[in-house]
Amino acid sequence: MAFIQVIPLWAMVRKDLQIFFSDRRAVIMSFAVPIAIASFFGSIFSGPSRTSEPAKISIIVVDQDQGTISKSITDGLQHDKNFKVTTTTLEQARDTVRRGRTAAAIVIPTGFGDAAGLALFSRREKPQLDVVFDPSRSTEVAMVRGILTQHVMEAVSKEMFAGPRGRQLVDETLNSVDSMPMPEDRKKLLRDMLGSVQSFYQQNQADPNAGSGGGLTMPYTVREEPMTAGSNIAYNGYAHSFAGMGIQFLLFAMANLGIEVLLERQRGLWKRLRSAPVSRVTLLAGKTLSGTIVALMTLWVSFGFAMIVFGVRIQGSLLGFIGVSVACALMAATFGLLVAALGNTPATARGVTTFAILIMVMLGGAWVPTFIFPAWLQQATLVVPPRWAVDGLDAMTWRGIGLSGAVGPVLALLGFAALFGTIAAARFRWEEA
Amino acid sequence: MLEIKHLRKSFGSLVAVDDVSFVVNAGQLVGLLGPNGAGKTTTVSMIARLLTPDHGEVLVGGQRLAGDTDPAKRRIGLVPQDLALYDELTARDNLRFFGALYNLTGRALDDAIGVAMHLVELSDRIKDRVKTFSGGMKRRLNLAAGLLHDPDILLLDEPTVGVDPQSRNAIFDNLETLKRRGKALLYTTHYMEEAERLADRIVVIDHGKVVADDTVAGLQSRVAPVEDIGGVRANLETVFLTLTGRSLRD
Repeated sequence: MAFIQVIPLWAMVRKDLQIFFSDRRAVIMSFAVPIAIASFFGSIFSGPSRTSEPAKISIIVVDQDQGTISKSITDGLQHDKNFKVTTTTLEQARDTVRRGRTAAAIVIPTGFGDAAGLALFSRREKPQLDVVFDPSRSTEVAMVRGILTQHVMEAVSKEMFAGPRGRQLVDETLNSVDSMPMPEDRKKLLRDMLGSVQSFYQQNQADPNAGSGGGLTMPYTVREEPMTAGSNIAYNGYAHSFAGMGIQFLLFAMANLGIEVLLERQRGLWKRLRSAPVSRVTLLAGKTLSGTIVALMTLWVSFGFAMIVFGVRIQGSLLGFIGVSVACALMAATFGLLVAALGNTPATARGVTTFAILIMVMLGGAWVPTFIFPAWLQQATLVVPPRWAVDGLDAMTWRGIGLSGAVGPVLALLGFAALFGTIAAARFRWEEA
Repeated sequence: MLEIKHLRKSFGSLVAVDDVSFVVNAGQLVGLLGPNGAGKTTTVSMIARLLTPDHGEVLVGGQRLAGDTDPAKRRIGLVPQDLALYDELTARDNLRFFGALYNLTGRALDDAIGVAMHLVELSDRIKDRVKTFSGGMKRRLNLAAGLLHDPDILLLDEPTVGVDPQSRNAIFDNLETLKRRGKALLYTTHYMEEAERLADRIVVIDHGKVVADDTVAGLQSRVAPVEDIGGVRANLETVFLTLTGRSLRD
């Protein structure tokens, strides 16, 4: 008969909690490990604090040109807040990048400055700038490429519009316009433009204080506003890492609960349980309830630590945070039941569930944010419970979304719990030979 | 007290128990003997409702046993072959848990624990964790766990496996005490001398069928004309081998 018997139910919960707390070393480990790993991930993904300098990308510049423009490019890169620049020889640069000690080396070849200056106004062949990079650091290299473009354009245009070498190159270009393969009307326009540049030089020479200025610069500035819980609240990466690692380890803890059921079966304990006048619903509910309590403790102890040590705050709804936590814990507990129902032996169940959990939490964004996944995979991750758990906890902590932000994740997690529980109940091996 | 009627159970094409019937009366210990794989444990499992019979029924005090929560299950106590105990918990906590499965709480539970621990002579170790117990002590605690709710019928599945002679004798004494208290005991074992000492009746089962159901003396008399050597009656082992054959069972 499908009814819950209160006395056996509480006895099961109490017994499971007693067993959980009976091994103090295991208890400490089950709380300490997620905290340690979440702290590590949090320190990586938190980004710089408001007061500290941002992390700089280490690059090498090999200036083989040693001209005005190449020196200007090197100087620009050295003063860029995003880079830590060293200069060396090509051989040493290649070796350093190969050993992974630096993300990229920019090689400015001999004659680059003049060729780049001439190529700015004419259709001459563009000179090549070599970037030697570490393929394992492609994200940093993409950033290097973008910022390098800015500094090269600035240095080349500055020299071409204001520098002596630029003047010389403009003169040379003006003299060679007639021989250029372009229509007459275009040649006339180019002559007019270069003539204006010459006049600009002459005016600068007559009045050095007129302010020759720099070259082409970015025509805009960017004001960045991180969308967190509020304008005065900085993003706390620990909130995300403790959510992700919390989910991962409570899934591991609950898988272990399922494996414990298999061990209990091996030890004949389920013969005692089944021989007693206790309903199947009571037995499953007892396991689910004790699992939910243990999972909730694991999650809240982790978050408690994060709040005290790393300043993580529930910027959204406290009720929503509790709701998401309880739904997470319930989902994890029913996942444990699923392990117990589908597992044959503790050894095989342990191997399969470890793999399944790692895949789920990876897809759920517990390790790295889901935005780096391809679009189709981002959609696919909606079918794994950790995605909803992490999103829900993020919403209630650093994103500062109210109770409404918890509704979707709570419903999704309860749906997963119902699904896991139903499959577990249907597939549970009730007969004890 | 316990009536088994035409029980049958098969696993796929293997018929483990086939039309098994016997009775265990109050104050009686019935030994259920059989070679490995004969169907003893399957029979006990069906009586304890761990397995659902394909056919037949189990009557407890004349009432048919049915369903997981049938109150008549309270009248049955199971002592499984495995040491079905939580090593991490104390003896008391183990018994508190197993007692609560039968709705025992508070004073009633404490009293039941006291009685059971006294019977198996483990009262002085009640606060110790089971993992500190010897094999014999665990066996006795295993017995106590099956007795907590004061069942009328006790199913004992090889309860003396792997214990020293002292603990075995202590268990025998416990069982004799229970018999005197009017309990009906069904006892499976491979040890013939145990059955000879304890059993009022022996049910021999082989290939899932009952091949004999008699007193020890009755069984001996069946075989005696053939097996008598020098005027000495055949022992139970000889009777058993005569009934079940000498081929090895795995």
